[in-house]
Amino acid sequence: MSVKLSVRKVGDVTVIDAVGRITLGEGASSFRDTIRDLVAKGDKKIVLNLGDVSYIDSSGIGELVSAFTTVTNQGGQLKLLNLTKRIQDLLQITKLYTVFEVYDDETKAVQSFG
Amino acid sequence: MAEKPSGGTTSVVTMLDSTLESVDAAEEIVLKAAEEMGFDEDSRYQIGMAVRESVVNAVVHGNRYSERKKVRLSVVKGDDRLTILVADEGQGFDPSSIPDPLAQENLLNQSGRGIFLMKTFMDEFQVRPVEPTGTEFVLVKYLNRKA
Repeated sequence: MSVKLSVRKVGDVTVIDAVGRITLGEGASSFRDTIRDLVAKGDKKIVLNLGDVSYIDSSGIGELVSAFTTVTNQGGQLKLLNLTKRIQDLLQITKLYTVFEVYDDETKAVQSFG
Repeated sequence: MAEKPSGGTTSVVTMLDSTLESVDAAEEIVLKAAEEMGFDEDSRYQIGMAVRESVVNAVVHGNRYSERKKVRLSVVKGDDRLTILVADEGQGFDPSSIPDPLAQENLLNQSGRGIFLMKTFMDEFQVRPVEPTGTEFVLVKYLNRKA
């Protein structure tokens, strides 16, 4: 199973709800396309909800990093929401936990953009 | 697929196509063996991740999706350990040429974390050349030992 993404707006913040697995192949590329489309549309405040993402491999981690740099390079911010224990552990061992802003409460994540 | 009992160990060899579907197939084969051996869920997750990364490496970087090249997956169930060997038929590579993914200047690299994850999640990890051409990853996980 690959990842399924749905995009919604909370005020001027874009929330992406991801469900499934972000791994090499279809999952990773659909993720990349969604981020690029949002950035192209001018969305600069993005929250990525990974609460229902059961699995991420190194390609998936690469996609998170790529999304982060894509959004940041356009003057925007990408924040992560609802990490499972395993994804949290993965980000910790790869030292990416310090790179991403991570929230476990959607309201706080949305309000953090100010 | 060939099953070869040898002393207290059982060895199964599977030849896989150089496609991304083989990543799922390899994970399934190895996780079945890990479950039969009694590895707990966390260990099975770690083993599965390491196997996926090694087969992705073999398919993408080793065999470069070639229809003519195969990935050889060997699963050896020992009394106290599970050994997984993943060999490709590529040109070989020097693992030391991969930049340290934990170095500050590499943290935002999109790729280069696969080998690091294999090393982290397995108890033993080795990369060795195979004849006449190719690379083999050796992954070992012990029962009753946390990574």
